[in-house]
Amino acid sequence: MTATFGPSVTRRLIIRGAGAVALIGLGHATLGPWPALAANDKYPEDAFKQKNAAEAIKALYGRDHEASDKVKLDAPEIAENGGVVPISVTTTLPDVTSISFVVSENPFALAASYKIPDGTVPAVANRLKMAKTSNVIALVEAGGKLYSATKEVKVTVGGCGG
Amino acid sequence: MASSIRVRAILNGDTTEVQTLIQHPMDTGLVKDSKGELIPAHYIQQLSFEHNGKTVFQADWGTAVSKDPYVKFAFKGAAKGDEIKVSWLDNKGATDNLTAKIQ
Repeated sequence: MTATFGPSVTRRLIIRGAGAVALIGLGHATLGPWPALAANDKYPEDAFKQKNAAEAIKALYGRDHEASDKVKLDAPEIAENGGVVPISVTTTLPDVTSISFVVSENPFALAASYKIPDGTVPAVANRLKMAKTSNVIALVEAGGKLYSATKEVKVTVGGCGG
Repeated sequence: MASSIRVRAILNGDTTEVQTLIQHPMDTGLVKDSKGELIPAHYIQQLSFEHNGKTVFQADWGTAVSKDPYVKFAFKGAAKGDEIKVSWLDNKGATDNLTAKIQ
């Protein structure tokens, strides 16, 4: 009898052992390099995978946005190099908690999202890639609502290797 | 090895302006190399700035942020000589950080 279920017990032990090792490995991968971030600072992987602007905004914020003249989006009329387009946003809205940039015609619409804690000025400047001529949407989350400003940027040479 | 991060934090009145440049390929995963093979995606996903143990700014980035990324922001409540810590994490699990003094 022992001879018949002997091997299966060993196999089970081996499988269990492998599982434990895999779990330990995972723990290291997620905790090791990035100890500074708390759980609520999780990377919004799903939003960055969305191809279209509306889906990306929905995945990131889960609500609609309304255009506001209090959001000032600064972007060039024409970008000669789509690989490096300087884009910035400022706002006079109070209680800003986050600012995001969406490039509608890019393969993945969401480009960048910034958390603005208390005491940080609600303004961000960065450089984005644009595949082709597209609307750029700046989103400002303030007081639990979502405001936006949109501007078309004409691109002469795309920034995604095309 | 030289740091991948260059940061300049300057106090002006009650506001500290922070400008950062990071050396990183920011590969989208959509571009082919000279042999026609796709270059795998390699990009910074998160970048954070800490002052006195408090996060003052945090970026979540996708592949559409330009190569060798630049970002500028400003925050209040810091004094000259305070330290600001910058750290980033990319999609391959690589990370780097740098502590700079506010000027």
